[in-house]
Amino acid sequence: MSTCISGLPAALTPFGRRRLTVTANDRLGAYRVLRTADPDGPRPVAGQFAMLAAVERWGGGEDERPFLPRAFSYARWQGGEAHFLLEDVGPGTHRLCELAAGDEIWLLGPLGRGFALPQSARRPLLVGGGVGIAPLAIWQDALLAEGSAVALSVLLGFRDGAHAEGAALLTNAILASDDGSVGHRGVVTDLLDSELDRDAQAAVYACGPPPMLEAVRALCERRQVPAQLALESGMACGFGACFGCVVPTRAGYVRLCVDGPVLDTGELERI
Amino acid sequence: MSVSFCGIELAHPVINGSGTFDALAAQRVFGDALHEHFPFAAFVSKTITLQPRAGNPPPRLWEAQAGMINSIGLPNKGLDAYLQEDLPELARLSVPLITNVMGSTAEELAELACACDERAEIAAIELNVSCPNVKTGLDIGADPTQLSSVIKRVRPATVKPLIVKLTPNSADVAACALAAEGAGADAVSLINTLRAYAPAPARRGGERSPGPWLGGGTGGLSGPAVRPVALAQVSAVVARVSIPVVGMGGIQTADHARQFLDLGATLIAIGSESFRDPLVAGQIAQALAA
Repeated sequence: MSTCISGLPAALTPFGRRRLTVTANDRLGAYRVLRTADPDGPRPVAGQFAMLAAVERWGGGEDERPFLPRAFSYARWQGGEAHFLLEDVGPGTHRLCELAAGDEIWLLGPLGRGFALPQSARRPLLVGGGVGIAPLAIWQDALLAEGSAVALSVLLGFRDGAHAEGAALLTNAILASDDGSVGHRGVVTDLLDSELDRDAQAAVYACGPPPMLEAVRALCERRQVPAQLALESGMACGFGACFGCVVPTRAGYVRLCVDGPVLDTGELERI
Repeated sequence: MSVSFCGIELAHPVINGSGTFDALAAQRVFGDALHEHFPFAAFVSKTITLQPRAGNPPPRLWEAQAGMINSIGLPNKGLDAYLQEDLPELARLSVPLITNVMGSTAEELAELACACDERAEIAAIELNVSCPNVKTGLDIGADPTQLSSVIKRVRPATVKPLIVKLTPNSADVAACALAAEGAGADAVSLINTLRAYAPAPARRGGERSPGPWLGGGTGGLSGPAVRPVALAQVSAVVARVSIPVVGMGGIQTADHARQFLDLGATLIAIGSESFRDPLVAGQIAQALAA
């Protein structure tokens, strides 16, 4: 069971999906931030996720999809509202991107194991790529609230300038972009390498596309820096029923939904 | 709405399809609420094999038109660990337990059935006969003659009710059901997933890579897409056998459940729909009782 910032265990997930009302769905560069009121939902631990589906017209899109709900990391929890970062990349995200205030969604969550606090001597170093920055935003919120603001560093990488606008979800981020339109031209792991040169007493928290996470994993392993990675996998259920979301670890296949999505790099051979 | 099934009294006719609900994982996630609102009238385990299985390499899922294709590969901790670790935990559920087993030979299935027979926690045994015969490559359950000989070997190994989970990937499912009944099966359940293939999708930028998406090559199609097939097969089987039939395949609502019950199914099972809504089976049971 994961521990939240206060050291208390994460709350149990309410059994059953909740029918919630969308309060906003605002453009943020190439992304959207979907907000929903969740008055009865437990406060999520950073790194946890929820399964989302639109109540109306879930199905009937391209190829008659979507059918299954989609897994999203919580990006923020504020005043009884859950925030999720969306990128329109397929029939499920497309439908969710269409939703407007007043529309209804199904939400099952919070689910999974989230991030855990660093050992006190290490400064938190948050590394995100693309839409994977979402769980780092709620983690930064938690760390700032805890008073870890002094040494907290945030490194974010994006494809281009439109995607880099997503960085507004976090504060004081150092940016990289593939096309050089914003910040360092190159990948975010270039920035991570420099940061660890400067001060290797860090605990890395990362989320992003698999090649980025593999680069973070290899870099942290080489430098013997502890790292927690929030992984992604296609999921049918989110609560351990389907066994569809497994990833290979040193201990064999594990289900990301119940044994992740946050895994220590020590558990992973490679991504 | 209580129903008697092979001598087992059930509170309602809605159970789960094997491998579509992990009660132990759900207990970790949802806590006691799972027990207070347990959706199923009996709990069917994932498929258990003699030896542990890791399952297929990912990716294991593909969303299809109105359904999904899975290539999970029956991961499980093996018979011994299931009996020692999981069964005592599962026995805490308030409903009867059905253990689903699979072997690649009749001898393996008989050994599994014999081990289950000794455990009081198990109310019934379901045989997964969708395993390929190592010699012919055909599913054991796809050929009536072969299925009959397998069940005749397993039947003496247990006095518990024996349910045969029929494969839909056969030429004549009703002939297989009749063979199962003739060999001593107490009930049949259907349909299992339909063998299906998902091509790898184009990557961003349109680059295509030929070959399958799923790590297992092919998978099994489930969800509402298969419901018309399931209704046809259940209808054909009910017409040929007199033992109880558990009908499943794409059931999402109480109306869908009634379609199977109207055809003569004794129980119905929920599979993929529980992935979308873990409470749906209980809601269907309530609606059927109303």
